[in-house]
Formats: sequence, C-alpha cells, structure tokens
Amino acid sequence: VELRYSEADEAFRAELHAWLESALAALPPQPPRDAWVERRKWDTDWQRRLFDAGYAGLHWPKEYGGRGASPTEQLIFYEETARARAPYVGVNFVGTLHAGPTLIEEGTEQQKADHLPKILRGDEVWCQGFSEPGAGSDLASLRTRAERDGDDYILNGQKIWCSFGQIADVGEFLVRTDPEAPKNRGISWLILPMDLPGIEVRPLKTVLGSSEFAEVFLTDVRVPVVNRVGDENDGWRVTNVTLKYERGTAFVSELVDSIRLAEELIPFAREHDLDVELGRCIAEFDALWALTKRNVSQSARGTTGPGAMVMKLAYSEARQRFGELCLKALGRDALHVDDNELVEERLRTLALTIAAGASQIQRNIIGERVLGLPREPR
Amino acid sequence: MDLELSDDQIALRDGIASMLAARIPIERVRAGFDRAMFDELAQAGVFSLRADGFSWADCVVVFEQLGRFCVPGPLVPSVLLGDGRIAGFAFVQDIAGKPAWIEHLDVLDVLLVPGVSPRAVDPREVEAESSTWPLDPCTPVARVTSLPAGEPFEFDSETWRGFPVLVSALQLGLADRLTELAVQYAKERVQFDRPIGGFQAIKHILADMLTRTEVARAAVYSAGAALDDDPAISASGRTTLGAKIVAGAAAIANGKAATQVFGGMGFTWEVDVHLYLKRAWVLETHWSTGDDCADMLCGVAGSPG
Repeated sequence: VELRYSEADEAFRAELHAWLESALAALPPQPPRDAWVERRKWDTDWQRRLFDAGYAGLHWPKEYGGRGASPTEQLIFYEETARARAPYVGVNFVGTLHAGPTLIEEGTEQQKADHLPKILRGDEVWCQGFSEPGAGSDLASLRTRAERDGDDYILNGQKIWCSFGQIADVGEFLVRTDPEAPKNRGISWLILPMDLPGIEVRPLKTVLGSSEFAEVFLTDVRVPVVNRVGDENDGWRVTNVTLKYERGTAFVSELVDSIRLAEELIPFAREHDLDVELGRCIAEFDALWALTKRNVSQSARGTTGPGAMVMKLAYSEARQRFGELCLKALGRDALHVDDNELVEERLRTLALTIAAGASQIQRNIIGERVLGLPREPR
Repeated sequence: MDLELSDDQIALRDGIASMLAARIPIERVRAGFDRAMFDELAQAGVFSLRADGFSWADCVVVFEQLGRFCVPGPLVPSVLLGDGRIAGFAFVQDIAGKPAWIEHLDVLDVLLVPGVSPRAVDPREVEAESSTWPLDPCTPVARVTSLPAGEPFEFDSETWRGFPVLVSALQLGLADRLTELAVQYAKERVQFDRPIGGFQAIKHILADMLTRTEVARAAVYSAGAALDDDPAISASGRTTLGAKIVAGAAAIANGKAATQVFGGMGFTWEVDVHLYLKRAWVLETHWSTGDDCADMLCGVAGSPG
C-alpha cells in the first residue's frame, strides 16, 4: 500500500495541469443545453485541442493514434480535467470510449482506417443504438431486424436512449440477424451511417426538460454487409470487448464533482443541522475515491477484484442519497432549477441508478459473479 | 500510488489468519478474552507490531483479521501501549455524575484515562460493579462511578492517533466475515425448493453486504497508508474519520443484514451472527461514534487546506 504517485506520474500531472491552464483560458463559453449544433462544435473543438496536445485517445494503443497511457495516468487525467472544470467528454463519449475501442479490437483494417482517426480528431460523432422499448435490462432480447439482401442488410425496428442521436454522424447498432437462435447468439454489431434513407431521429425529452437522448426509427434502411463488425451473430461478444478498456476510471469525474459539491454544501448543512448526514456523505465519497484508486492499482497490476464490480452500484446509490440531502438543506430554495446546480444535479442523477445497468441488475451481477449465488433465469 | 496489498502484506494477512483459525476458533471466542489468549496473541507478535517496526498499513492488515475472527479483548489499547501489559481504555475523560462502563476490567493490567490530565489507573483500585448481562457476551463491562487518581500518563500522539484506524480495521473484518457467513448460509438453506440465495430478495441483500465491505476496505487501507505517509495526520484527520464512519456503518449494517438472511436461526444464541453484530455495536462507541466522526468530518472538510 503506497499513497504517493511515482515521479513519472507526477511529471505527467504537472504537464497536464500546465496545459489545462492555458487551454481553458482560451475556451469559449459553453453553449445552452439544447443548442445541439453549437454543443457538438464546442465538444468536438475540445476533442481537437486534446488531439493536438497529445491527450486524445488516452487509453487507446499508440498504433491507433492513442497515447497508450497507464491506468494511473488515466486516473490522473480524469482527476485533473475534472478539478480544472474542463469540458467533459460530451458528444465524443460513444466514439472515444465505446465504438473506438470496439473497432480497435474487432474492426477490419478498412473500418479502423475509416473511423479511428476521425474519432480522435473530433471529426466524427457517434451515437449508440443498443436499447429498445422492449429491450432494456434484458438487452439481449432486442428485436430490431436485419435481413440479408445480397451485399446489404435491410433494417427495421426501433431504438431508444441513443445519446446524441440527433447530431451523430455514425451509430453503433445492435441488430437481430438470426431470430431462430438463442437470443444472445443471433445479434450482430453494425456501423450505421446516420444519414441513410429510412432513419428517423426523434429527440426524447427527459426529466430535465432536455433532449440529450433520442429515439431512432429504422424503416427499410439498407446498410452494406461490410459495415458489420465481427462475425454475423457474434455481436453480443463484440459488444463486451470494450470492457477490456475499462480501467476503473469510469466514475473519476463524477466523484471529483461530488466531493466538490458536498464541500460547498457544508455551510448550508450547518444552518439546517445536517452536519452528521453530510459528514456521512463526504465519508462515502472519500471512500469511493479510495476505492477508485484501489481499482486502478489492481488494473495497473493486470488484475481485477470485487471492487470494480461494486463501484457503479455504490457510487450511484451514494450520489442519490447526497442529492436528497441537498434538497433537504435547500428547503424551498430547491423549487427552481435555473442557476441552481444542486437541484439540476438531483434531477440528472436520478438516471444513475438506471442507466448502464440498473442497480437491481448490478446486484444480480455481483451476487452471481462475485458471490457465486444461483443464476437468474435468462 | 498503489492501494493494493503488497506481497509481504498478503503473507502477513494469511499468516495471522491461519494462526487465528488454528488457535482462536469461534468456540474460544465465545469463552471470552483472558490472559492465555493475550499471551498467545503476544507470542504471534500482535501486541508488538509497532515496536517491531511494522507500518500502520501492516497493522491494519492484522487488525482486519482479528475482526474477521471476532477476537475479543482490549486489543487496540494494548497494541498501542505495546509494553506487554493488557491495557484498557476508559473512553471517558472524567466521571462527573454520569457513571461509565469499562470493558474487560477484570483482566486489565492498566486502565488508561484520556483527558486534560491523562492518567494510568491501577484496575485493582477501581471500584466497579460488573454487569451480569453485557450486550456483547465476549466484552464484559463494569459500571464505574468514580476513578482513582492514578499516575499521570502521557499519550504519545504519534502512536495514539492510530486508535480509530485500528478500530475501523476491526470493523472491516467484522463486515467481511458477516458477508461470508451470510453468503454461505444462503447457498445451503433451501426454501420453496431453492437455495434462498437464488431469490433476488436475498441475493440483493448479500450484494449490498459485499459492496459495503469493499467500499470500507478501500477507506480503511487508505487511512492506514495515510498515517504512514504523513506524521502530521491526527486522530481527527479526514481519512481517519472517513474510515471509522464507513467501516462502522458497514459492520452494523452487515450484522443486521446477516441476521435477516439467517432468519429465525439468526435470532438464536447458537448461530454466531449475533456475536459479530454485538461486537460491531461495541466498536461503534470506541474513540468517537460514527455520527460524532461525521460531525467532525464536516468541520475538517470545510476548512481550507
């Protein structure tokens, strides 16, 4: 057990810190939440700056233009950028963190050449078409059909929760290529250009009143078979390869923000005699920060432990307890959302226990994979 | 930066665990702490860890195992005093009207009393009335209405700041073992023709137990390492308070959860679960309670620097 970072890691931090100071000084103001065209430009401009400075694709291998950073360097990067209040990954999320790594692992040379450089430079924005109205926690039951017609697939179906669907150039889509096979064996992974005829994108308004997500309707969309990544009907496995790139850093930015907000709440909590409750929240966030470091330490050793499995459940539940406390401390000052970060955050964080594996699914996974309890029906 | 145990620490952990499994099984825990148990632990090096040059992070590893095996006794004050005596800690500064409860009074060599004028008291001079029904059957308590003057005693702050961290390591061990016990039972116990661990109602309780344990483990290991890293960290430093809060909450919540998973058997004297839960309640009062620590943490986190 050692808390100190190595000299090399500290040098990486110092260099990044200095770069962030100058880069952020030149940053234009963030566009309004639903100004999608401007937001895309703001996020992709930042991606371009990261690229020019050598920080794009931090966790991608060097041969694909990434930095090949160690898990500890990734931790430092996310920590420093969050502390500096630098732009979050934004519309580049699916491309840099999901589709890109998937192509690196499973794509053809042509697919890699077509997309990886563009993703890194911020020239191409991706969305994700996985969930469907009838396939949420049970994702493998998805029904969007892809029927083979010569060198094309013909797509029909409906997707939901496509982040940034309204401004994406390309989507990673899971489709059913074999309706007869067991449900997770008949799925394929496709690169879908979002400007193809037959694709209709409708923004989906969330509890925030905003539309970061979209529904995507596919009607006789013709997409070339060469856009498939991996073998036909092997898409379920392809989807999971991106997990190899997870180094325990998924919640670093969230935690840095949570700790900052909790510290800012201290005077309000004092006023309302909520010191004990807030102190417990801070202790939990600090513990999760320690857990993050522990998970990254294990990653750096090439191992993984139960800590990586519990992080999402523990963080999302803790963050919601903190959100409730914020509303309690604010009282009737919580009745407006404009210029009221804590209230907006309370709304945003309602999604944490649902998105990317609901807490109930997380508990099933922990119970079965870590504790070895009997499996759920599938 | 590395918050995983080193190979030496893993060897230390496994060594103490196999010693405890062989020498202090739960039947002996139930018989309570006595001088023979102290001597055996001392022989294994438990009470000379600091004197022998082990780091705080190493001590945490050992105390986590003492917690896992539910080893009773005034373990933390004895290791911190580290002079071969069985040392108790009064947890009260002065007895002003309100009686105090002293643990393990009958086996103590010395009772340490904190406060403005800290002192060491000869336990034989303490007038006390033993409880016939202590909450934790392995932690006898005696009611004290006055404490003799004793001798002045200087608490070396470098050493005694480790108190809450070692308590949190014991709490972590309890939380860990309770998870293990409950999971084991849920795999064996069949109702409605299925092992109960297959029902989400139970499975999710167990997943939460593991989650609390792993989060607490990170906090406690980190707090131990922080003491090694920075001699200026006091007993009310942020990492220390955090560890005590989180590990205490995990031990108690896991005790309640395990009792629930064991069902009716969890309410029996025969099943061990209550011993762990009761110890968790005892340890929660040690040094400062989780709530008091949380209150202090707000002050520490709110001050600049």
